Amino acid sequence: MCPIPELRQQFPILTSKNEEPFIYLDSGATSQKPQQVIEAIDSFYREQNANVHRGLHTLSAQATSAFEQAREKVAKFLNVQSNEIVWTSGATDSINIIANGIKAQLSQGDVICVSALEHHANIVPWQEICKEKGCILKVLPITKSGILDLKSSVELIFEQKPKIVAISHASNALGNIQPVEKIIEAAHKVTATTVVDGAQAFMHLRPDLRKLDCDFYVFSAHKALGPTGLGVLYGKYDQLNALNPLRFGGEMIKEVSFEMTSFQDAPSKFEAGTPNISAVIGFSAALDFLNSIDYKELQQYEQGLYDCLLTQLRSINGIIIYGDTENNIGTVSFRYKNEHHFDLATFLNGYGIAIRSGHHCTQPLMKALDIDGTIRVSLAFYNNHDDIDAFIQALKESIDLLEI
Amino acid sequence: MTYNEFKEKLSNLKSWQLMYREIMLLGKSLPEMPELLKTDDVLIKGCESKVWLRVELSDDQILVLIGDSDTRIVKGLMGLIMLMHQGKTPEQSVKINAYDEFEQLGLIKHLSPSRGNGIKAIADTIHEQVKQWL
Ligand SMILES: Cc1ncc(COP(=O)(O)O)c(C=O)c1O
Repeated sequence: MCPIPELRQQFPILTSKNEEPFIYLDSGATSQKPQQVIEAIDSFYREQNANVHRGLHTLSAQATSAFEQAREKVAKFLNVQSNEIVWTSGATDSINIIANGIKAQLSQGDVICVSALEHHANIVPWQEICKEKGCILKVLPITKSGILDLKSSVELIFEQKPKIVAISHASNALGNIQPVEKIIEAAHKVTATTVVDGAQAFMHLRPDLRKLDCDFYVFSAHKALGPTGLGVLYGKYDQLNALNPLRFGGEMIKEVSFEMTSFQDAPSKFEAGTPNISAVIGFSAALDFLNSIDYKELQQYEQGLYDCLLTQLRSINGIIIYGDTENNIGTVSFRYKNEHHFDLATFLNGYGIAIRSGHHCTQPLMKALDIDGTIRVSLAFYNNHDDIDAFIQALKESIDLLEI
Repeated sequence: MTYNEFKEKLSNLKSWQLMYREIMLLGKSLPEMPELLKTDDVLIKGCESKVWLRVELSDDQILVLIGDSDTRIVKGLMGLIMLMHQGKTPEQSVKINAYDEFEQLGLIKHLSPSRGNGIKAIADTIHEQVKQWL
């Protein structure tokens, strides 16, 4: 395929000629979509639209086969089996399905561990289960600069012997790549079930889940070039199949009578109702796109952008950067002196820079860092050095505007 | 400075940067709100940043407002709303539509929906308070 810097040309939103400048540095919130994904969805609706697993007619059979091929593609991408892949509506949905599905296996007093760096989506479902089942939530601690304290975390796991350890592969607020392998290893020593939130990591790190050995892994398609409203839930088959379903009806049913109804096995068991077929088709095209990029080259390119951004930010007096800048997916979270992130973000928006500001759905992390929020720049391979230069220029001008 | 004077001043400015600068300066010029007055009951809900606003009626039946925010821009925007209401009677105050004024000034298009909602929240809070004196 073409060299990485040229891939940008395939993202219509980044190449459309607007009068106003538009620099997209918010891929942590959602990624932009390449032409191929947009076209796949468009042509599905124009030429192939039919429901899946339903009719005998040709179109339905084609739709079903494209739908199931996409499942195989994800499985291959993650190096797992396709019956271990469940389509959901997103990472949040996936975590809720796991939490709800596993609760029958929990008893009062059981411990669930989450890391201090989690997105609310990987905290609140567990909190709710704790409330319902009388379990106890324990937090894997971080250091002052916002990096998982691995030693204390492993000690906590050994000491508390949790039933579940839920941790993000990469932090959305700070971009840290977390030492999930070591956490999983420790968790498995005490026979805990491991749940990894890969929402931020999937596109940047391309995890090999056989190697990672986690029991569950979740992510959203929209953060990896795909459409919104689609997510993936991976689970080691036996553990996946042991979860109780959250939703009932449609494809997940084996047989229904008014006396007794039985369910399919995983993955169908978790896919009640008509799934988001067009999104699956679109995501399939997104995976083709990702597969066509040389991963080594991609990593080097992203690292280069990240290093450039860091160096330039660090050269500005008064910038405070949070998190792990050694192991990072290309996200920088920072503040300027004790100025409110809101003011800077408003000015940056005035210059056409799309960044995120606030607590990034990680209020406990912000509390631990003793701040009310940050400005977050999150990069993807379709960004280039011009984007970074434009951002730094706008940031400097924004900082000047604050001096009144 | 009266609201109309400020409006006049803003309308002569050529760029959003200069407009924001004036607005932030207005915020900076507001009388300081003593920490003791920044209680939770005057903290306005519906704003991304923290906004405290007290509305009182003076002995000669006109409004007296005092407020603060932890961000410069919101403090300035709030200052602008305060300027609209300051020294008005309750009857005059309820007729003021701050959001429309902001639109006329061309400020709304620079504000994200959540910030626009913040403006509404501040304006609504004032009206709610003022109603008791009608
Ligand atoms: C680490 C992490 N987990 C979970 C989520 C939730 O993803 P979604 O809103 O797509 O369900 C996000 C999204 O911001 C995230 O960054």
